[in-house]
Amino acid sequence: MTSATKTLPAHLDYVLRIADTSLILGQRLAEWCGHGPVIEEDIALTNIALDLVGQARLMLTHAGALEGQGRDEDQLAFLRREPEFRNLTIVELPNGDFGRTILRNFLVAAWQRELYQALAKSSDTELAAIAAKSLKETRYHVQHASDWVIRLGDGTEESHRRMQAAVDVLWPYTAEFFSATPTDDVAVATSVGPAWPSLEPAWTAAVTPVLEVATLKVPARTPFLTRGKLGMHSEHFGHLLAEMQYLQRAYPGGTW
Amino acid sequence: MTEASRQWPLWEVFIRSKNGLDHKHCGSVHAPDARMALQNARDVYTRRMEGVSIWVVRADHIVASDPDAKPEMFDPAEDKIYRHPTFYTLPDEVNHM
Repeated sequence: MTSATKTLPAHLDYVLRIADTSLILGQRLAEWCGHGPVIEEDIALTNIALDLVGQARLMLTHAGALEGQGRDEDQLAFLRREPEFRNLTIVELPNGDFGRTILRNFLVAAWQRELYQALAKSSDTELAAIAAKSLKETRYHVQHASDWVIRLGDGTEESHRRMQAAVDVLWPYTAEFFSATPTDDVAVATSVGPAWPSLEPAWTAAVTPVLEVATLKVPARTPFLTRGKLGMHSEHFGHLLAEMQYLQRAYPGGTW
Repeated sequence: MTEASRQWPLWEVFIRSKNGLDHKHCGSVHAPDARMALQNARDVYTRRMEGVSIWVVRADHIVASDPDAKPEMFDPAEDKIYRHPTFYTLPDEVNHM
């Protein structure tokens, strides 16, 4: 897919990465609607999905303004093709079981929390304002997910086995949170936001104690590195977009 | 294990909609412990800005009056209308009483 990805202005690229990561995780979590293990958790997951879609709407609207081609949030969400999306690969992976869904929420929300905190100082005041609003939601997402990671990790033999399997699958994808890109260099130089590699120590310090209490073992880092934020996605992403974008593709401009 | 014992215990949820108002019963949630009961109550009952404070209490910790005792508990109040503060003459200047 490399040939199809296009280099975007760094500021726009930076905002799209954040917007798309929220949007796609929101879409994945929405798949839980009606399938949660208990009604309370079903509602909690869809609440979180709606928080994330709300963040994505604000971020995408802002991205549309930065792009300057008159595209609104809907056009960006529903009419871009795979390589134009800049989300982290981890959020497009299928949900797996409840444990894996929760663990991903935990890993991503802990990362978003660090990012949104740092964005409070952004020279882009609109971005700073959206981050400040999103931070409150994200703090709750971290709390909700941490609680479950500990319960399930340090739970029954079965729940521990499933959570450890989730850690083994998802952990390698977290390397992408912190990989260096030219966009990060520009974002720092223009004070738009932190370089993502710089968020790693705080993120690690936040997630490690929870995983330890949950008696979960973190695998060693390997050279495995995904590149969703560069527009190179997994095989799961096309299927997700097919479902997410169906309505706008079938009925262009449709509203409700 | 029976189906009933596999169910998480029931918690009654009380929400205070605004500072200064009372907590009001608004429903119930299932949860394995108090912490998760609060979290579930937050997710189920405060999605539309319904509250600023939540209480949860295990449903089996609530002591309720016996429905069969209704006659002796409540009927005697029926003919004691003098207990209502409606027999005072208020000055005209006092509105909205």
